[in-house]
Amino acid sequence: MTEQTHFVEIRHAQKSFGALEVLKDISLNVERGQIVGIIGSSGSGKSTLLRAINDLDPLTGGEIWLDGVQVNKTLPHRQYEKHINEMRQNVGMVFQHFNLFPHMTARENVTMAPKLLKGLSQADVDKLAEEQLDKVGMLERIDYYPSQLSGGQKQRVAIARALAMKPKLMLFDEATSALDPELVEEVNLVMKKLAEEHMTMIIVTHEMDFAASVCDRVLFMDKGVVVEEGPPSVLFKNPTQDRTREFLRKHIEGAS
Amino acid sequence: MDIDLMLKVYPFFLEAAWVTIVLSVLTAILGLICGTLGAAARLSRFALLRFLGAAYVSVFRGTPALIQLFILYFGGPQIGIQLDAFEAGVIGLGINAGAYMTETIRGAIIAIDKGQREAARTLGLSSWQATYKVILPQSARLMVRPLGVNLNMLIKATALVAAIAVVELTYTAQRYIGSTYKPFEMFLLAGILYMIIIYVTGRGVAWLDRKVQIN
Repeated sequence: MTEQTHFVEIRHAQKSFGALEVLKDISLNVERGQIVGIIGSSGSGKSTLLRAINDLDPLTGGEIWLDGVQVNKTLPHRQYEKHINEMRQNVGMVFQHFNLFPHMTARENVTMAPKLLKGLSQADVDKLAEEQLDKVGMLERIDYYPSQLSGGQKQRVAIARALAMKPKLMLFDEATSALDPELVEEVNLVMKKLAEEHMTMIIVTHEMDFAASVCDRVLFMDKGVVVEEGPPSVLFKNPTQDRTREFLRKHIEGAS
Repeated sequence: MDIDLMLKVYPFFLEAAWVTIVLSVLTAILGLICGTLGAAARLSRFALLRFLGAAYVSVFRGTPALIQLFILYFGGPQIGIQLDAFEAGVIGLGINAGAYMTETIRGAIIAIDKGQREAARTLGLSSWQATYKVILPQSARLMVRPLGVNLNMLIKATALVAAIAVVELTYTAQRYIGSTYKPFEMFLLAGILYMIIIYVTGRGVAWLDRKVQIN
């Protein structure tokens, strides 16, 4: 089968690091505008799955499709690089450790890629920076360097940087895990705002409350497989699998 | 100590010091070129280039610079390489310094957190764009000090070309010993001039290092 009917389609994803199999035949569809949460303990493969979607961690088997185009298709190196660079412009990614460019101000972090890849004029680029940083509430820090910002502020700039490429899909890889507890909310609020704008998002998270409040669907992963999935109201309240119950029990106890 | 004699020969030593400086500058330029190419080879995605880069470093760091100079200058004509002493000095020392700089530059590149490259690539930048927009500007800051150390070593290594009769500081000192029989004064004078050159260079490196740091 090659015809693609879903916005994001993961077919039989398989990933091994040597003898270690971290993803075992995972299939998953995400529709346009959907918000999917992925939960699971560390080592469950959830980050690897997320990173496979934009080919940061290429799969060893299976296919990833995005909006009618196969992401991980077989091409000669040069063509593949060109294909993947174009594909990645449509997929924003937010990292646990922000990965802001320390030698650039917030403005430069946001505008570097659009300027370089889309050839925007200086005026357009300035407008874009102001727009995107305003959206995450960071306009007044536009000319600050990352070292002058708090963790929450850095992550908001990182989100603005991803949004500046006008992506069709946003991937969040534990975006709030590295933050002090009091800084989590400001980042969550930005993500909620995106959810209200119907941005398609795949969110790897440790925060059950947040997943419950924004996600349309939540997947629980363990040992490289999706154990259970469903709307948060069902998955969090009435999980059918023992492993899910066990994880949630530990997590909710641990959190409170 | 014969201060009068030192003052008398001083102008000739100053002239020789210029040769040492020119030699150092040319060697440093060639070294940087070789070091950049070497680092690029060592970090290449092609195994053959990585091997050649590693071989370059181990051969030129694994043998005395003096032997390398002798092979080039005395052995060169046998295999069709005719160089005058100054050219052989620049090329020999430059390639040698490049081996050390290869490791300095490579180290400064791999020291950058891999999340930086990932963030650049996820925005759609090509590997090369990520390198020159994101990695190199950060690596450059890490490179200045260790390259300064390489430069310090390189300036001192130029003394070796006295052995192939390039008329620089060390050779000039030896030559004046022949006519004055005052090795203490002559070598001391050469040493003082080396120290001035290295001190000034060191200040320059420290200035550049402050200049490139972020905040």
